[in-house]
Amino acid sequence: MTVTDLVSYEDALASYDPVMGLEVHVELGTKTKMFCGCSTELKQDANSQTCPVCLGLPGALPVVNEIGVESAIKIGLALNCEIAEWCRFARKNYFYPDMPKNFQTSQYDEPIAYNGYLDVQLEDGETFRVQIERAHMEEDTGKSTHVGGATGRIQGASHSLLDYNRAGIPLIEIVTKPIEGAGVRAPEVAKAYVAELRELIKALGVSEARMEMGQMRCDVNLSLRPNGTETFGTRSETKNVNSLRSVERAARFEIQRHAAVLSSGGTVVQETRHFHEEDGSTTAGRIKDNAEDYRYFPEPDLVPVAPAREWVEELRKGLPELPRLRRNRLKEEWGVSEHDMQSILNAGAVDLIVATTDAGAPSDQARKWWMGELARNANETGRGLDELPITPAQVARVAELVAAGDLNDKLARQVIEGVLAGEGDPDTVVEKRGLKVVSDEGALSTAVDEAIAANAAVADKIRGGKVAAAGALVGAVMKATRGQADAARVRELILEKLGVEG
Amino acid sequence: MTDNSTIIKLTAAEIAAKIASGELTAVQVTEAHLARIDAVDEKVHAFLHVDREGALAQARAVDAKKAAGEKLGPLAGVPLALKDIFTTKDMPTTVGSKILEGWIPPYDATLTKKLKAADVVILGKTNMDEFAMGSSTENSAYGPTGNPWDLTRIPGGSGGGSSAALASYEAPLAIGTDTGGSIRQPAAVTGTVGVKPTYGGVSRYGMVAFSSSLDQGGPCARTVLDAALLHEVIAGHDPMDSTSIDAPVPPVVEAARSGSVEGMRIGVVKQFAGEGYQAGVVQRFNESVELLKSLGATIVELDCPSFDLALSAYYLIAPSECSSNLARFDAMRYGLRVGDDGTRSAEDVTALTREAGFGDEVKRRVILGTYALSSGYYDAYYGSAQKVRTLITQDFERAFEQGSGVDVIVSPTTPTTAFSIGERADDPMAMYLADLCTIPTNLAGNSAMSLPCGLAPEDGLPVGLQIIAPAMKDDRLYKVGAAVEAAFVEKWGHPLLEEAPSL
Repeated sequence: MTVTDLVSYEDALASYDPVMGLEVHVELGTKTKMFCGCSTELKQDANSQTCPVCLGLPGALPVVNEIGVESAIKIGLALNCEIAEWCRFARKNYFYPDMPKNFQTSQYDEPIAYNGYLDVQLEDGETFRVQIERAHMEEDTGKSTHVGGATGRIQGASHSLLDYNRAGIPLIEIVTKPIEGAGVRAPEVAKAYVAELRELIKALGVSEARMEMGQMRCDVNLSLRPNGTETFGTRSETKNVNSLRSVERAARFEIQRHAAVLSSGGTVVQETRHFHEEDGSTTAGRIKDNAEDYRYFPEPDLVPVAPAREWVEELRKGLPELPRLRRNRLKEEWGVSEHDMQSILNAGAVDLIVATTDAGAPSDQARKWWMGELARNANETGRGLDELPITPAQVARVAELVAAGDLNDKLARQVIEGVLAGEGDPDTVVEKRGLKVVSDEGALSTAVDEAIAANAAVADKIRGGKVAAAGALVGAVMKATRGQADAARVRELILEKLGVEG
Repeated sequence: MTDNSTIIKLTAAEIAAKIASGELTAVQVTEAHLARIDAVDEKVHAFLHVDREGALAQARAVDAKKAAGEKLGPLAGVPLALKDIFTTKDMPTTVGSKILEGWIPPYDATLTKKLKAADVVILGKTNMDEFAMGSSTENSAYGPTGNPWDLTRIPGGSGGGSSAALASYEAPLAIGTDTGGSIRQPAAVTGTVGVKPTYGGVSRYGMVAFSSSLDQGGPCARTVLDAALLHEVIAGHDPMDSTSIDAPVPPVVEAARSGSVEGMRIGVVKQFAGEGYQAGVVQRFNESVELLKSLGATIVELDCPSFDLALSAYYLIAPSECSSNLARFDAMRYGLRVGDDGTRSAEDVTALTREAGFGDEVKRRVILGTYALSSGYYDAYYGSAQKVRTLITQDFERAFEQGSGVDVIVSPTTPTTAFSIGERADDPMAMYLADLCTIPTNLAGNSAMSLPCGLAPEDGLPVGLQIIAPAMKDDRLYKVGAAVEAAFVEKWGHPLLEEAPSL
């Protein structure tokens, strides 16, 4: 299937109603794996974080990570789910070399959390409720690297390398009920849902949920049915859609593709699809004709999980303010538009701005620096805002210096530049670079006199009433003082000395 | 100076006492048993691996402790034969299978660690049916083991290596594992003592899994007291095994030292009789019941109707779990690898390796289990078997009910005496019947013991008496077992094993 075979999005929606199901896997940020004591730290030497348990050696047995269960319950509660009073793990049996036991320890018909919902906000502020089917606990597999093939896929590879560091890292799989009624906004809802879920996971502190690091992965299931009908169409499952933008694009592409198939009288094949970042398209993967049989059965090596109600209630009490509510509160408090709030959110600046205001800066100043100078720097250097080597407290200190008149904006930018360059905290940079605003009247007065003397023609114009020309003299003084003068005061002095009213 | 032929006939308790008192050294004891293995194991084939150097090093360490005046544990310096299903980082662990030939695990099982910590001297690893699947040890990939009573007969299984090592005086202690009777049935047919503790009583960490919800390691010995001493060493909570019970070990040694059935109510299950039970087995069992009466017990007949379904349920649950447990043997990370010539896919290499590495019985059960768990069949097979399991548990609960119920249940351990090697090899159903009386206990998770109760008159081979107790009441097995053992030894004038022919 090529792009030219697609039906336009508008045409597709004119005839068909999309139904989606989203499956999101979140790697929990526990220190140790789900069933053993191995570290979960990323980017370590291959197979350096393994033990008999996560390698599935004969005789080894799993033990449940309590923090993993706690995290699952927190996620379940935040998604308004019921929490099982008693549930078991189950074995999902299939052979694959990156799975040491050739079964995945997961949950089947007894998930720890079920029947919930998540309200997500679309860009125009409208709220859409996504129903949650379940959230269950499982373990990640190892990682296969296929060597020698052209595409990194197994086809054509000469051999494969296996790294089991990831094997056994706790995962929570969150599955929505069929999302109906989103209509033309389905791709937007999909994106907003994943974005909201990511914020929620981060707010709960159970995972950093970095999609680019594979800590959060999304499968987009989508089907179309003719407008006005009830029965679901045949779905496709687009696997590993790993950015917010891709989630939206994948849903959009599949709507157009399905519509093309259906409109031409064809039938949609139930299959997995691979998503391609470069052009937003999907291509066929495995056929899923229900022939796959995972032979699930209750994991006999683990005792059932039966979270005490008191514990669940304690966890419920400890839940943080939900991100959507918090965002709306901050939007009010900061007095910004929905659009600006969205930009702040997209930049990952919400928490940084809050921390900066907590450190004493006015919120407009905090926003100005994080969304201006710092966002620019982050962009240029390909880093996240939170990866910049400057703390909210330091940004607050810069804002304080500006408010006190010790720095002007230009100097403040230089201070930030210095902090980012590792020259020390703001006060150290001011000290080392000598960036204080020159407010010494004697020095300024001399500088103004010199500027007037050196620009006699301009001075005459000002005397003649062309007050606007004062800008040129201000510029000269600023240049002479290397920007350290208080420009407003310079202007006052110039006009005063030339006997003109400002 | 005690000579080797005397040393090897001592009980574990006696050996420990003599080492503690200085009458014997641990090295002497170990050397005596290694010499016995040298002399007879070619015929018996109880061991797959003998760790001569490791055993002597462990013995020397015990002697050094003794010399340094350190207090020795109750089994310090006593040799032991370890079933080749527990991981040992200084010895191969094959589980009787070609698929793990030569595999030396990078870690010790919890049970192995406990034995080492107790200064028990591990002589080596014993033969077994492949992956503990069998009742004769004929399913070992490394050849059968002979029964010391008659080397042409089976020593029971799956733990035939351990039972034969005890009966041939190659070791006074052994470790077995019992999924459907693999400790008790070998004990019965070799005239030795074997105990399946309560499920969760002994850690399974490092015990290669056959059927996780049924497998249980336990002690094997020639006397009830020795079994109790070993039980105490290997039992107890293990945080590495989620199914391990976090409660104090029942007072088994104390019970073994104070044997009595006076005033006890003892149940006889009517389902454990009838067709298939050898006359001599029935005769010795009935005599045992009479003995119990004469010792002051009240006999109560019990009806446990669901026990008739136990064998069928077992042959769904155990294969189902094994089909999943054995999936890891895929030639990727350890063990045998066949067909990896640089042209074949991983999938093909896995298939070829499993074809070459697993024996017929293992394949039979993997196929059975895969089928039973398949979608569309799950409810009819695995699901129904789990229901039967619940019914069996309820039958036991009713039998042991506080107040009106019995303290223990007795039965023949296995319906026949040791059969000939090869006799049932081509008839799996006949082989499976050997575990008829032992399986209900595995399904319910409670505890049971087998101890000798005489020789069947028709073939002169040992008969086992099974004692079954409620979960976590393992001490009752020892209290009853010690009383029965003492009465029989008094009646016979010597332990039964002394009637075995010398090898």
